[in-house]
Amino acid sequence: MSVTSLEFQAHAAEAAPEEAIEGRSQWKLTWRRLLRDKMAIASIAVILVMVVLAIAAPLFVSLTGHGPEQAFTNSGTTSSGAPVPPGTHGFFLGTDYIGRDLMIRTLYGARISLFVGILTTAIATVAGVAVGLVAGYFGGWVDTVLARFIDTALAFPLIVLALALAAILGPSLAIVIAVISFFSWAGISRIVRGQTLSIKEKEYIEAARSLGAGPWRIMFIDILPNLLGPVLVLATLYIPTAVVFEATLSFLGLGIPPPTPSWGNILGEAQNYYSVAWWYVVFPAAALLVTTLAFNLLGDGIRDAMDPRTERIFAAGRKRRKNKPKAATEPGALPTLTVSELGE
Amino acid sequence: MSLLEVTDLRVSFPTADGVVQAVRGVSFSVENGRTLGIVGESGSGKTVLTQTLLGLTPGGEVEGKAVFDGTDLLSLRPDQLRRIRGAEIAVIFQDPLTSLHPLYKVGWQIVEMIRSHDRSVSKKQATERAVELLGRVGIPSPRQRVHDYPHQFSGGMRQRAMIAMALSLSPKLIIADEPTTALDATVQAQILDLLLRLQQESDTALIMITHDLGVIADIADDVLVMYAGKAAERASKHDIFYQPHHPYTKGLLESIPHSSAAGDRLRPITGQPPSLIRLPSGCAFHPRCAYVMDRCLTEQPRLAPVGDGDSHISACWLPVLATGLAPETEELRRQAVAQGRHAAAAKIAEAIAERPESEGSVIA
Amino acid sequence: MSDTLRDAASPAPLEAAMEDDVLVRVDNLVKHFPVRGGGIIRRTVGQVQAVDGVSLVVRRGQTLGLVGETGSGKSTLARCVAGLIPVTSGKVTFEGRDITNLSRRAMRPFRREIQMIFQDPYGSLNPRRRVGAIIGDPFAVHKTASGAARKKAVQELMERVGLNPEHFNRFPAEFSGGQRQRIGVARALALRPKLIICDEPVSALDVSIQAQVLNLLADLQSDFGLSYLFIAHDLEVVRHVSNNVSVMYLGRIAESGPKNQVYDTARHPYTVALLSAAPAADPDAAAQRRRIILTGDVPSPINPPSGCRFHPRCPKAQELCSQQEPALEVKPGDPAMHQTACHFPVQAGETLARVAGRERR
Repeated sequence: MSVTSLEFQAHAAEAAPEEAIEGRSQWKLTWRRLLRDKMAIASIAVILVMVVLAIAAPLFVSLTGHGPEQAFTNSGTTSSGAPVPPGTHGFFLGTDYIGRDLMIRTLYGARISLFVGILTTAIATVAGVAVGLVAGYFGGWVDTVLARFIDTALAFPLIVLALALAAILGPSLAIVIAVISFFSWAGISRIVRGQTLSIKEKEYIEAARSLGAGPWRIMFIDILPNLLGPVLVLATLYIPTAVVFEATLSFLGLGIPPPTPSWGNILGEAQNYYSVAWWYVVFPAAALLVTTLAFNLLGDGIRDAMDPRTERIFAAGRKRRKNKPKAATEPGALPTLTVSELGE
Repeated sequence: MSLLEVTDLRVSFPTADGVVQAVRGVSFSVENGRTLGIVGESGSGKTVLTQTLLGLTPGGEVEGKAVFDGTDLLSLRPDQLRRIRGAEIAVIFQDPLTSLHPLYKVGWQIVEMIRSHDRSVSKKQATERAVELLGRVGIPSPRQRVHDYPHQFSGGMRQRAMIAMALSLSPKLIIADEPTTALDATVQAQILDLLLRLQQESDTALIMITHDLGVIADIADDVLVMYAGKAAERASKHDIFYQPHHPYTKGLLESIPHSSAAGDRLRPITGQPPSLIRLPSGCAFHPRCAYVMDRCLTEQPRLAPVGDGDSHISACWLPVLATGLAPETEELRRQAVAQGRHAAAAKIAEAIAERPESEGSVIA
Repeated sequence: MSDTLRDAASPAPLEAAMEDDVLVRVDNLVKHFPVRGGGIIRRTVGQVQAVDGVSLVVRRGQTLGLVGETGSGKSTLARCVAGLIPVTSGKVTFEGRDITNLSRRAMRPFRREIQMIFQDPYGSLNPRRRVGAIIGDPFAVHKTASGAARKKAVQELMERVGLNPEHFNRFPAEFSGGQRQRIGVARALALRPKLIICDEPVSALDVSIQAQVLNLLADLQSDFGLSYLFIAHDLEVVRHVSNNVSVMYLGRIAESGPKNQVYDTARHPYTVALLSAAPAADPDAAAQRRRIILTGDVPSPINPPSGCRFHPRCPKAQELCSQQEPALEVKPGDPAMHQTACHFPVQAGETLARVAGRERR
């Protein structure tokens, strides 16, 4: 039960409304804090690099002259038919078992991974928020029905589903997106429902009802803005799950069908060659790892940035920031003299 | 020789937005068997003040002296302080639900407190003492209640349990930080009564921190009024209520219904408490003061005696004789202000008068 | 609970005139919350009798103060009158029309007339919305103004309650507690309601800010002809703002009447104890007051005591009190508006037993 500097920070902000910065929204504050977090900046950088590389994949094709599905049986495989190591014959990261350029294929795999990861998460977020919000707000039988629906989706054996769909329709990108979205929306929905339940009890929601606001207005204008923060963190953390899920499906042969490259199916092929071609496993796996890690760390960073309590107390000596005078005197404020630091 | 003598205590916290000057040079003393009431609103520094005495403010920069029973608390190491906390100085907090551990039985918590200070006491003896204490603070069926969890007690009972815990080691000084704010009036009356009775029985000194002047009127002997980290006025209870000098004290009294100074219409103090990062120059109260003069903008008033003797001091540039609520004293103030106010102070007074919540300030 | 005004066969002319004056009438309101046991079926194992037969009246342009401690049910009652929670039984009428348990659609027009101000200045405003949007909500919900007209109306409101209209785009976090409460007042005032229900509007504020907000509420009342149902636990605040006062204990009205009657000649032992317990910021008055210290805490509304609910703590309780619930009625010698629910009301000059004598130094 001790008073910390954080409480004073909060109080200082409260007690000085005249000097507060104009329209300081939650997002601006979160962004500012995020920028101070080195780990988060690094993750953003990594993700940006990954995206740029993925977009620029065709550029690499024209630079090296190797297409993603082009098999170079002569220059790309050894005399015994094994993949060539990195650096040989202009294959920067080596080749795969039929002499395709591993680097190009990995870059194209990035396209798939990022596309699937972000698209499925986007679909899942929209669906999840909609269902969770409605279930949480209305309660009663609406909630019971929807909640059971969510529970069923979560309990679903997804690999079996993928297997069945792949068997009937043949493996494809569409199936991958469908299955992963189906999985992700339920997880998001459950959390959104929980958040809605707790927000619903807040006094400002009661105030909205006392004004005569209807349920839809309350859900979308009052509750939803308060959900966006946690949902953003959640979505950022679901992207790597989706990426890994896609890789898993492709690895099992249920996802992206060859010859289209995906990190998962490259790794699937690499199973038989890892003892003679370490690069075949390492590079796609490293790409997968780095991407997943970056999104996870970014998600953590956003969560920390949104919650001011986790900010570390700046020790006295370390960061003695000069008092920058914040807003200039507001119109209507008193013509008082203020000093930034009182000696004495 | 006072039990506790605090001299020029200063506490500040470095934060991302700047240095928060929570306490800016406060001095006071407490005697055995007497009650000091510390009055202040949010941001006055009253809580930081007492928590610093017990080393409960990590990250703060502390200066000054706080001599308790011969030892300077501020110079002690954490383990030495820990020995004093509980045994010599006990604290009662505002919300017992959050200061009592919810997962341990109340009796167990008291027993642990006793035994952590003296391992030689057996569990059985400590439990007996816990039962005795619970009974002493007025909890019915203490022998059964000693095995209950905090959530099984009602608000008033929880606060009594907190008091029992505070008393368990027979401390010389009890610091009560807003102990009754969360309680109903009837329960509050019970708790205050209890505190007074216990104090009389054991000659304990009591520091009562509150924003509620009604509680002060009831229980305090001496009163320290704090504003923006400094002492505004210090006097006996009678003087604070009937002979206030500092305009802040006077303003507080005038804004409470049915206080010694209130009239038919409440006269609130305009404006808000200042930011502790960017304090106003001169007297921290000047942007809200109806009697602001030129001097107040540039010079911080020192605590000086007003009235007779040393017991009543106030940090204000108004003349010494301007204490009290009588119309004659008001006239004295008016004159002083008329002489001491020119351009800058006049502008401030005008702005105060124009504010919507200002109620025809006395001197505009 | 009998209500003298209604039971009279032919109301006297004075009382008939006073009928027109009535803005809100609450008749025998009961609100019970079911307590569900654990287990899959979750049967109802008990009832929280939050409000158990309350009748009161709020008159045009006047303030009814509702005083009570924790567990008295005053907040629940407020929400029932505001139509925020459904009523178990009883009636609420507004300007003569029955508004008890109306559907959301039917209640909508009444929402313009009945508004509410909440206790918690931090919780009652949506932290993610700008203040201008929050105050503009009533206009948006009832489609009475939009765009530039709405902005103008909002800024006028802000000015009226003492806020800087240029802070239109700020978020609640950038305002102090007192200012946030003003935002709440502005929001409540937007559609010029007739009744504002104030649920402990100043309890969470610093003392000097409380006075500012109380003065604001008083000014608005006279400027706009508002009526207030003012709920609080602080007796002095209630005395300051109200015309009439009702004292609640454990879901029932213990005493009610014009403020001066209740405060100066309290008849119910609970009222007397409450008055004596209220801390007064005046040491001489505090010393003179003979404080009645009640034993024990307020019992739980799940299992209220039989008969008169106050009897276990009452210094005057007798056998009858535990058996029969006293009716809320005018006691002999009291004016018609002053009603008490007690079998043995406190008489003039009587001092209650169990007075705490305390040595004052």
